[in-house]
Amino acid sequence: MTALTLKNLYKSFGKVDVLKEINLEVEEGEFVVFVGPSGCGKSTLLRVIAGLEEATSGEIEIAGTPVNHMPPSKRGIAMVFQSYALYPHLNVKENMALALRQEGQSKAEIEDRVAEASRMLSLEPYLERRPAELSGGQRQRVAIGRAVVRQPKLFLFDEPLSNLDAALRMNTRLEIAKLHRQLDTSMVYVTHDQTEAMTLADKIVVLRDGRVEQIGSPMELYNNPANRFVAEFLGAPSMNFVPADWLDGEKDQEIGIRPEHVSIGEPGRLSGTVIHVEHLGGDTNVIADIGGETPFTVRLFGQYQIEPGADVQLGFADEQTYRFASDGSRVR
Amino acid sequence: MNKARQNPVNALAAHTVLILYTLIALFPVFVIIVNSFKTRKSIFREPLALPDADSFSLIGYQTVLKQGDFFLYFQNSMIVTVASLFFILLFGAMAAFALSEYRFRGNTLMGLYLALGIMIPIRIGTVAILELMVQTGLVNTLLALILVYTAQGLPLAVFILSEFMRQVSDDLKNAGRIDGLSEYTIFFRLVLPLVRPAMATVAVFNMIPIWNDLWFPLILAPAEEVKTLTLGSQVFIGQFVTDWNAVLSALSLAILPVIVLYVVFSRQLIRGITSGAVK
Repeated sequence: MTALTLKNLYKSFGKVDVLKEINLEVEEGEFVVFVGPSGCGKSTLLRVIAGLEEATSGEIEIAGTPVNHMPPSKRGIAMVFQSYALYPHLNVKENMALALRQEGQSKAEIEDRVAEASRMLSLEPYLERRPAELSGGQRQRVAIGRAVVRQPKLFLFDEPLSNLDAALRMNTRLEIAKLHRQLDTSMVYVTHDQTEAMTLADKIVVLRDGRVEQIGSPMELYNNPANRFVAEFLGAPSMNFVPADWLDGEKDQEIGIRPEHVSIGEPGRLSGTVIHVEHLGGDTNVIADIGGETPFTVRLFGQYQIEPGADVQLGFADEQTYRFASDGSRVR
Repeated sequence: MNKARQNPVNALAAHTVLILYTLIALFPVFVIIVNSFKTRKSIFREPLALPDADSFSLIGYQTVLKQGDFFLYFQNSMIVTVASLFFILLFGAMAAFALSEYRFRGNTLMGLYLALGIMIPIRIGTVAILELMVQTGLVNTLLALILVYTAQGLPLAVFILSEFMRQVSDDLKNAGRIDGLSEYTIFFRLVLPLVRPAMATVAVFNMIPIWNDLWFPLILAPAEEVKTLTLGSQVFIGQFVTDWNAVLSALSLAILPVIVLYVVFSRQLIRGITSGAVK
C-alpha cells in the first residue's frame, strides 16, 4: 500500500506558483527526502501534506484516504519542526502526552506510549523538565518523541537538524535512521543539506522552483542525474563543469566531471594552476584555475603535498563524465 | 551584563539622572500623602513639613470614611477599571490574533481601521456617545463607562498585541494544530501565555487613565450610586470652601489600588523582559 500519494499538486500564493505539478508516491515504510535550495518549495510541500496549507489543486492521499479537506490532526501524521516548537509551559511528559489526550486515549495507553517513546529516545531522566531546561539536542529528541507517541501513518520532518551543531547533527541523524528502522513507518524529510539527503533517504526528491527535477534512490541520482541541476546539487564537493568544446565536444554543451573522478598527473586532458589546497586528512581537495568561470575542484584520496601556484595536468575517463545541453538537460 | 563594557562614570551619571527623575515624579505624591495626615492649619502653615505630634491628625480620613458613600465610589471605580481592562485585553488580544494569524481579504485595511482609533481621541464623540447612551437607557450605569473605556482602549491594545503576536513562532501554533488543539485552545493556551508581557504593558497603559478619568463619569454616570472615586472626591471641593484634609485623604486612598494593580502587572513586565534576555 502507498503511504502517501500526490497527484498533480499545485499551490500558489496569489499569482505566484510555489508548487507546480507535483506527482509522488511514497511506499509504506519508505524514507523519502525532499531536497533543494532554499525557496524551492520543499517546506511548503511538506506543509501542504500536513494540512497546514491548502493545496490550490491536485489530490493528496495518505494511506489510501483522500485528505484534501481534512484538518491536520485527522490526517494520521506527526510533524517535527525545525524550531522544535515544544509547548513552553508543559514539561516533557505533558508535551508528548498532549496530542494523545486530545485524541481521547485512555490514561494507561498514554502512560505506555510515552514510556516507550522516552525509552527509545533516552528521555527518561528529563520527563519532569520544562523545554527551557533542556539542551538543543534534548529538545529535538522531545519533539521527535512527541511525534512517535502518536503512532502516525506518516512522519513529517521539517529540517529537524538545522538548529543543531555539527557533532550533534550527526548523532541525531543516526538516531533518526535508527528510529526509522525500528518503527518501519513512512517518513518524509525536508532538508537543504545534500549530505542528510544522501545518508538518510531510500528515495530522494530533488525540487527546484516548485518543480520536481528528479526522483530516485541516492545512488541513482548520484550516478545518473537527469540534468545539470541535480548533478550539481548532489555530491560534495560539487561537480565541475567544463565547456564541451575544450574537450573536442559540441559547442554550447557542457561536460560535468565529479571531483573524485579526476586524477592529477601527466598526461592530462586539461591543465591549470592550483589556487588553493584543502587538507582534510582523509582527502585532499585541490582547487585549480583552468581558465573557466568557476574554479575546478579535484578530490584526491589520501594526503598530498601540492603548493598553490603549481601547474597541474588533470586527467579523467570519458565513461565518468556527463554531457549536458545548454538548457541544462542531460545528453546521453 | 558584560562587565568590561560597564563604565563607572556612565553608570553613575545614569543613576543620578534616574534618581533625580524619580524624586521629581514622586514629590507630588509624597506631598499629598504627608499632608493627608496633618491638621488643616498645618497644611497651610508648612505644606512640606512631616506630621509631628502637634500637627498629626486623621480628620481627613475620618471625614472621607464617615461620608458613607466613599466605599461605594471605590467599588464603582474598581468595577469599571477591572471590567474595562478585562474586556480590552480579551477582545484586543482576540482581534490581534485574528489580524496577525489569518490571511483574509481586507486584513490590512481592518488593521489600519483599528489603528485609526489611536489617532482620534474618543472625547470628540462625547455628544454622540451621550445621545447613544440616553437612547439605550444606559445613562447612569457602570456598563456605560465600561463600554466607553473598552472602546477607548481597544485600538492601542490591538496595535501593540498584534505586533507581539506576529513574533510568536508559527511552528508552535502549527504543532498545536497537528496535535489537534482547537484555534481557541491555541489562542488561550499557547499564544496568550507567550505575549503576557505585552498584555501587562497594555493593562498598565490603560489602567491609569481609566481610574483617573473625570470626564466620562461626570457626563455619563453622575448619579450618586454610580459615581467613581475621582468624581466622588469632587464633593469635598466646593465653590467657596474646600475640605483639603478630605480631598488629600481621598486622593491618598485612591492611589493605593492603582499601586497594587501596577505591582501585579509590573511583575509580569519584568518577567517578560528577563525571560527574553536569558533565552
